[in-house]
Order: sequence, then C-alpha cells, then structure tokens
Amino acid sequence: MAEKLLDAQDVSVEFKIAGEYQKALHKVNLSINHGEVLALVGESGSGKSTFAMSVMGLHNPDQTKVTGSIKLNGNELIGLTERQFDQYRGVSVGMIFQDPLSSLNPLMKIGDQIAEAMTVHDKHTQQVSNRVLGLLDDVGIVDAKRVAQQYPHALSGGMRQRVMIAIALANEPDLIIADEPTTALDVTIQAQILDLIKEIQQKKNAGILLITHDLGVVAEMADTVAVMYAGQIVEKAGVEELFNHPKHPYTRSLLRADPSDVKPGETLYAIPGTVPALKDMDHNKDLFLQRVPWLDESVVNANVKDELQQVGDHHYVRGTAWQNFEFNDVTEGENQV
Amino acid sequence: MWRTILRRVLIMIPQLFLVSILIFMLAQLMPGDPFYGNLNPNSDPATIARMRHAAGLDQPLYQQYIHWIDRVFHGDLGTSYAVNKGWTVTRIIASRLWPTISMGIIAAILTYVFAISEALLSARHENKTIDRILMVWNTITSAVPSFVFYFLMMILFVYLIPIFPASGTGIDDSQSFTTSFFSNLRYAFLPAFTIALFSTNSIFQYLRSNLLDQQAQDYVRTARAKGVTIKDVFRKHILRNAFLPIASGIGYSITGVLGGAMFAETIFGYPGIGALFVQALTSRDYTVITAVMLLQGFLALLGGLLSDVISAWVDPRIRVK
Ligand SMILES: Nc1ncnc2c1ncn2[C@@H]1O[C@H](COP(=O)(O)OP(=O)(O)OP(=O)(O)O)[C@@H](O)[C@H]1O
Ligand SMILES: [Mg+2]
Repeated sequence: MAEKLLDAQDVSVEFKIAGEYQKALHKVNLSINHGEVLALVGESGSGKSTFAMSVMGLHNPDQTKVTGSIKLNGNELIGLTERQFDQYRGVSVGMIFQDPLSSLNPLMKIGDQIAEAMTVHDKHTQQVSNRVLGLLDDVGIVDAKRVAQQYPHALSGGMRQRVMIAIALANEPDLIIADEPTTALDVTIQAQILDLIKEIQQKKNAGILLITHDLGVVAEMADTVAVMYAGQIVEKAGVEELFNHPKHPYTRSLLRADPSDVKPGETLYAIPGTVPALKDMDHNKDLFLQRVPWLDESVVNANVKDELQQVGDHHYVRGTAWQNFEFNDVTEGENQV
Repeated sequence: MWRTILRRVLIMIPQLFLVSILIFMLAQLMPGDPFYGNLNPNSDPATIARMRHAAGLDQPLYQQYIHWIDRVFHGDLGTSYAVNKGWTVTRIIASRLWPTISMGIIAAILTYVFAISEALLSARHENKTIDRILMVWNTITSAVPSFVFYFLMMILFVYLIPIFPASGTGIDDSQSFTTSFFSNLRYAFLPAFTIALFSTNSIFQYLRSNLLDQQAQDYVRTARAKGVTIKDVFRKHILRNAFLPIASGIGYSITGVLGGAMFAETIFGYPGIGALFVQALTSRDYTVITAVMLLQGFLALLGGLLSDVISAWVDPRIRVK
C-alpha cells in the first residue's frame, strides 16, 4: 500500500490557559492520501484550526503541548526542533488562511512576499522574479507584472486570496492546508477561488486539508469528510456517503442546519447551544449529546470510547447514540439557548 | 508626493494666520503692559499716555494686530523692553537659536535611541524582569516633573563630578566656526542627554505595545508558514510595521523641542530660546514673548507638515491617496 501523505494518530493538543493546561484536541486520527481533498468541518471552537496549526508546528511551544504522531510522507513532525520545522514549512506543506488582507504584510510588495517564500529556503533560487510572475499567472492574475509591484491594500479581496494561494504554492508542496479560504470573500469570488484551488489540486496532484463550515464547499470540493466536535472527530466518511447516510447526531444536525438547503419561507434549523469551553470538555463522553434537550440523562452521560466504529465502507462513527437518534419535531426550527 | 507636500504647505498659510491671531490675543490677556515696572511709579500720567500713544497701545485691537502682523512680515519683531533692552527681537532670537537647535537635535536623537532600545528590550522579554524594570522606570520618569531630574543631573555632573561645564553655550563669536561648534557640543550635551534620558516614556510605551501587537498579526503567521524563522520574521516584517507610526512622530518631536528646552535651559544655565522665553515671561517682555510664541507656533505647524510628509513617504497605504 502506498504511503499516506499525512497520517495523524492520536493527536492531542493542550493550551496553557491561566496557568493550567486545557485540552483543545483529544486523540484525533486523520489521514490524507496524495491527491485527496479532506474536508474538516465543525462549528466555531471545535478545534479545526488547532489541528491545522499542529500540522504546521505553529503553536507557541511555551503555551502548548502537542502529543501523538503526525507523519508527513512518513516523516514524524511532532518533536521536531523549531529549526527543522522551519525547513519543512512552506516546502512540503503550504497554508492558505481566512483573511487574505490581514494575512499579507501591508508594507511589502506582493512580488516580494511571494519571492520570500522561495528565497527563504534557497538563497540561490534562480530567476526569482520570473518565477514570481509565473506563480501569479498560475493563480489567474492577468496583470502579473503590475500586481507584483503593488501593495496588498491596492488589491481586491479575491486577488489577495489568489496571492496567498501563490505563496502557498511557491515550492510546490505535497500538502496544502486551507483554513476557511473563502469565508472572508463574497459569494461570486468564493466560487472562483474554490475553482482555482480545485484546478491546482488536480494539476499538481496535491493533497488538501480543507477547513470550512460551509457544507456547500464540502460537497463541491471534498473526497472525504471528517466532522469534528469539541476537539474530537465524531464521524468520517466519503463525501457522498456522509451526505446521503449521515450517522452521528452532530453530523445530522449540521446537515439540517445547512442554510443552502433552506427553501424560501422555511425556518432555518439552528443547533441549540454552543461548543463547550475547553475546561468543560469531558472527552470520555459524547459531548454533543449535551446539546440535545430531548435525550435521556443516561444517554448524555454515558461513557464513550475514543475509537470510531466502522459502520460502512470507509465510514466511521463515534459512540452508539446515533443508533436511536431522532430529531424531536417539537423543537424543530427553534433556537434554544 | 510633491502634490501632497505642496497642498500641506498651502494649508499652513491660513493656519499661521490663525496662530498669529491667537498669540496676539494671548499677549493682550497678559497682565500689565510693556511699560509695567519699567517706569518710575511717580511718572506723570500724561507722560505715560504719551508713551503709550507713541507705542500705538491706545489704538483699537484690530488695528494694533494689523500693525503688528505687518511689521512681522517685514521681519520686524520689535524691540526688547527688558531681556536685552534696546536690542531688536530678531537679533536676540538669532543669537539664541543655534544653541537650542544643537541641543534639540542631540536630545531628539538620544531620546529615540534610548526609547527604541528600551522598547526592543521590553518587547523581547515581555513580562520578564527587565521589562518590568523598564516599565516602572518609564512610569516614574513621566510622573515626576522633569525639572527634578534636571536639578539632580546638574548637581551630579556639574558640581559633584564636574565633567561638564557649569553654564553658557560655549559659543564664542571671536573664534572660528568649527571651534565654536565643537565647544558648543560640550555645553549642549548634558542638557540634551538629560532631556532624552527622562523623556522616553511616550515613545517607549507606544513602540513597546506596537511591537507586541504586530507579533500577533496574521501576516506574521503567514511568514512563519512560509518557513521564515522567528528572528527573520521579527527583522523583516514586524520591525517595519511597528516602527511606522513612530517615524511619523519624528515630525511632531520638533514641536516639543522648545517646550522641553524651557526648564532644561534655565536649570542648566544654557541660554537658548527656552531660557529666553522664561526670562521674557518673568520680566514681562511682551515683544520677546510674542515672538517666541510665534516661533513655537510655526515650529508646531512645521512639525505637523514634516510628520505628514514622512508618513506619506514610508507608508504605501497613504502614498496612494
Ligand atoms: N492559542 C490558544 N490559546 C488558548 N486557547 C486556544 C488557542 N487557540 C485556540 N484555542 C481554543 O481552542 C478551541 C478551538 O479553537 P480553534 O481555533 O481550533 O477552533 P476552530 O474550529 O478553528 O473555530 P473557528 O471556526 O472559529 O475557526 C477554542 O475554544 C479556542 O478558544
Ligand atoms: Mg479556525
């Protein structure tokens, strides 16, 4: 069997908050094959970015404990020194962030910001400016020569995100992490950027970790979907399987709360409550069940194993609560807090 | 760029007029008049009236203003009544200008050197001992009136350990320019150094929080994601962003030179414009007071202009507009 591109096993992350370590990720297992697009979905605060930053090694080492194993092309990343990490960031893995304006240095020309991504790893890079223009071309910027001389504020949001993608691509990484790459853009631009990411992914056969809470984006882009709640993966499946046969109550709630499925006049389903604060997370339970008001205490408080159960072809779910789970129509459409 | 500068210079003209009117009114509000204290108390009221008439002091205010501003335009700032009786104010200011400029420049440079080094140290060791010490130091120096420190430094380095000259500017018109220049530096250094040492607070606080702010910006994360080391991110990205607002402040620091010089020059016995102003105030030398205030107003406007030009020059976001 071919080696996995990314293989994360039992990844846990704890942040030091007010002097105490609190768990934000609990034993996350995720893998991505070459050329595969894995979508990681979940509400705000569920730990998606925390996972991405662990792969990038960008957590502040003084305030964060990362344990488990993250292998990229078979090489272990956890435990690398800062220096070793610097050599792998931007080379084997590139990252695209949510807000392209604040993610670019306001005082540096676009061309220089792209060039830096190359020269930082090889001072003797040949023909840097030509390669910068080539990259700008690759990400669909027509007026590359002029844009390279401009500062970020002079570009539109969509253009800036294209520039961010050019930076991420500079060294042709095997893995691209895109953390909500379209959330800050308006709808028409979103589609263009997604098309671009898809096109590049197919051309370069890169693996993508796509973080989003937009299920429309998932449906369009992903091969595989992992659903995260309160720092744990609760369900994983191929994209069609997940949309057609969602199992976990959280996945089903998310699908039900998807605004793109609402027809005019219908009320949008809102999942009651919010993701618990880190200090209130007891990872021995299925934490989402706390937000389902009609469930029995005994179900909500039952201990649940960390491991996911296989329920179909490449389809895994955590716990057993899904087996008897049904939406209680009385609460449908209500947003209980 | 040039258009920005031109526009700003043109705006300065009405601003200068406003400032001159303001200063004229302030001078009117001061108690007494130019003859106060200079006359024999037993003078005959008719004589006083004659003198007031000769000086134009019995005319309506607006006429007095027009007369005054007309003369100012022709380079005539009047004659001193008290500080250097009989001298033209222009001559007095000319003789006092260079000492203040030389001291002001040294003070400004040293202030930035001190404040920037302190801020870099503090930001690098946030919440560690050195940071705490610098925070406390800057709080103290900004809370205690500066003249207290000036006296201490004066006592320390002029009397107890006499390494600096006691008073004067070291300028001697009978000497060559270079001799005068270097001898002045010896006199200017202690007051300048003292001003700088105890006036770092605002730049320090501002730069320190800028540095800390910038470290948490998203573009820092992007640079790290490219593989740029922490050190290089600091050097190539954070520093420039954190320094930008400071650069534009350099213009405004001109504005503060005279204000800062008042106490320092008086205490260190360094006769520049600041000391002149104090002398003029205490002897109610109106023509000198208004002239120095006019100079200060002009410097303030010039400082604002310089700040805007520097901002437009260093910040690409402003440059375009
Ligand atoms: N550096 C940090 N220090 C302390 N707590 C953190 C830190 N980073 C994240 N957290 C906490 O960890 C939890 C997960 O945050 P994370 O940013 O990973 O969520 P997310 O799923 O990416 O959410 P969003 O959709 O809002 O981006 C949150 O409770 C957050 O407050
Ligand atoms: Mg996030």
